[in-house]
Amino acid sequence: MSVNVYEKVWMWGAGGLIVLFVAAIGITAVTQAVQPPSHIETIDPATLADHPEFGDPQVHTTADGKIVVPVVAEMFQFRPDPIEVPAHTPITFRITSGDVVHGFEIVGTNANAMAIPGYVSQFTVSFQKAGDYDIVCNEFCGVMHHMMVGTITVKGEHP
Amino acid sequence: MSSPAVGIARTAPARLAAAHILVAVAAFGVAAMMGVLQGLSIADIEFPMRDESMYYMFVTAHGVLMALVFTTFFIMGLGYALCYAQFGRIVGMKAAWFAFWLALAGTVAAAYTILTGQSTVLYTFYPPMQAHPAFYIGATLLVIGSWIWGGVTIASYRSWKRDNPGSPAPMAMHGMLATIIVWYLATAGLAAEVLFMLIPWSLGWVATIDPVVARTLFWWFGHPLVYFWLLPAYVLWYTVMPRIAGGRLFSEKLARMVFILFVVLSTPVGFHHQFADPGISANWKFVHTITTFAILFPSFVTAFTVIASLEVAGRLKGATGLFNWIGTLPWRDPFFAAMALAMLSFAFGGFGGAINAAYGMNAMVHNTAWIMGHFHVTLGTTAALTFMGATYWLMPRLLGRELRLTALARIQPWLWFIGMAIFSTSFHIAGLRGLPRRVYSASLAGDQGAAWSGLATLGAVGGVVLFVSAMAFVAVVVATWTSGRKVEGPAFEFAVALEPVNTPGVWDRLGMWAVVGIVLIILAYGYPLVTLIMTPRFGSPPFQPF
Repeated sequence: MSVNVYEKVWMWGAGGLIVLFVAAIGITAVTQAVQPPSHIETIDPATLADHPEFGDPQVHTTADGKIVVPVVAEMFQFRPDPIEVPAHTPITFRITSGDVVHGFEIVGTNANAMAIPGYVSQFTVSFQKAGDYDIVCNEFCGVMHHMMVGTITVKGEHP
Repeated sequence: MSSPAVGIARTAPARLAAAHILVAVAAFGVAAMMGVLQGLSIADIEFPMRDESMYYMFVTAHGVLMALVFTTFFIMGLGYALCYAQFGRIVGMKAAWFAFWLALAGTVAAAYTILTGQSTVLYTFYPPMQAHPAFYIGATLLVIGSWIWGGVTIASYRSWKRDNPGSPAPMAMHGMLATIIVWYLATAGLAAEVLFMLIPWSLGWVATIDPVVARTLFWWFGHPLVYFWLLPAYVLWYTVMPRIAGGRLFSEKLARMVFILFVVLSTPVGFHHQFADPGISANWKFVHTITTFAILFPSFVTAFTVIASLEVAGRLKGATGLFNWIGTLPWRDPFFAAMALAMLSFAFGGFGGAINAAYGMNAMVHNTAWIMGHFHVTLGTTAALTFMGATYWLMPRLLGRELRLTALARIQPWLWFIGMAIFSTSFHIAGLRGLPRRVYSASLAGDQGAAWSGLATLGAVGGVVLFVSAMAFVAVVVATWTSGRKVEGPAFEFAVALEPVNTPGVWDRLGMWAVVGIVLIILAYGYPLVTLIMTPRFGSPPFQPF
């Protein structure tokens, strides 16, 4: 049996569209580092309280000048809160959970990663606009899940 | 493809199929009530007994009952009906009834622990949030019941094959057999998670659990799960809808190919649900992105073939214009209207799905209300509305009773479509504005609350319309079941292909394609899963914050 000519055209068109989509994603991933947060690092959730980085998480600048924000997500808050960072500067977030799975979503941005106990999520973003941003938990984490909100204050001046 | 001229109403296999449909409709009705209350709660509209614990319990029950119970029971019932209609036999009736009671017992056990507030873990049940052991064991029994259903169907196929050597399985059963293979490949991941991780941990035999390994196994299952819902809908669109419309199946060979592509591609795609997870490398997430986009292809082909089949119907009725054949279609038939509106919804669902799958862009929508909007036009309409329409078609054929409340049945699919358009559009937009999914109240979540609450209110309006439609559906089913006029059940009739496939071709080699599917799963999951397990990891103890 033969395939109808219109259907052939349609199938080539659909195949071409799919190739175009994948190519667009692949090219932006390679050239502009548009990639999902995919850091691989484990951490013992039982020892978080005494952990040098996550025991009392604070925004800090590393020896090579990178601004790092360690975050502990736990029922039903983010620590530290509020977080204060400069605008127009790469900020590296390092996020883990002290109990169940949480989400870490900075509303109005594409900063969005899971906070999973036993693992550290890490990604780097720059804020283009100064102001206050909400951090919301976007994974169900218990009965007060909807109240789990933090704040990031982005300071306007250039560093 | 010939169709048996006699109906199967009131036969033993028809009763078996009807029992499954009845459980599906009951689960749907209960879940729909919970759904509307969730919609009101998100919009902060007060109702008696509204509180946080109840809201999250309802989210769990609604998800489990809709996504796992309604769908699985409906698909099993539809599968038995089609199997008996096309193969003329159900090999293993006793096993089939055993599977029914097993699945029902499992459902009741899991539902009991949810409704008593002991398993508020949502239908994704991510550890280290821990449910009552009976929740996991009940879900396992439901899945084992469905495995037996698959076995009974395959045994019936083999028996039919012995009597009909040299014939390919009739089109509808080709699709159902593909559905069963997808289901076996999918549930292998779920079985590994539940049997080796969740059940031992919930019983206290092991102290801790690794959430990322559990999530990976869950999404091995969780994405092909959507094709387990979708493929039976495709079966109905390809084989029954053109028949009802008076058309022909436009291209049977490509239809057979479509189901095989789902067998091959359904499972090695799960990382697109874990784009935001740590512990999985970006490269492997990209591999799953490619397979995810590849699986758009069979749905593109389906859109063409099904619409072309309907155009044939219009042309046979004398339509000559470019679009006027659309008006000749049987829009007043509730089955047809439900199928057609479900297909239209899937165009929007596919559009959103391509965005979700887009690796980098996913971060804009991940775990926001957009996702909720998305799966309500896909599962919640494409699959669910198709199943509702199919119930109108199945009931006279299984029960030997005429459909009752036909005026209600006629408007019900339209109500669903309109309600869902309002509901889903509102939450798509709210999600783009950052509203997280699954919140007791949209206005409580941060300073943004005010910006979200208008959309949440609109979503609640859509939810109320959906609820009215759902109750109309349940009313038609109950009225037909209890007091529909007894008739000679109509025969199961399927669309005849323009060019029927009479000899098995490459797309009929189901076993071979199943092996290809397994190889792709090993390629897509083997390395990342082994690497993850070899990494020094730290487990989590259980939490029950509900």
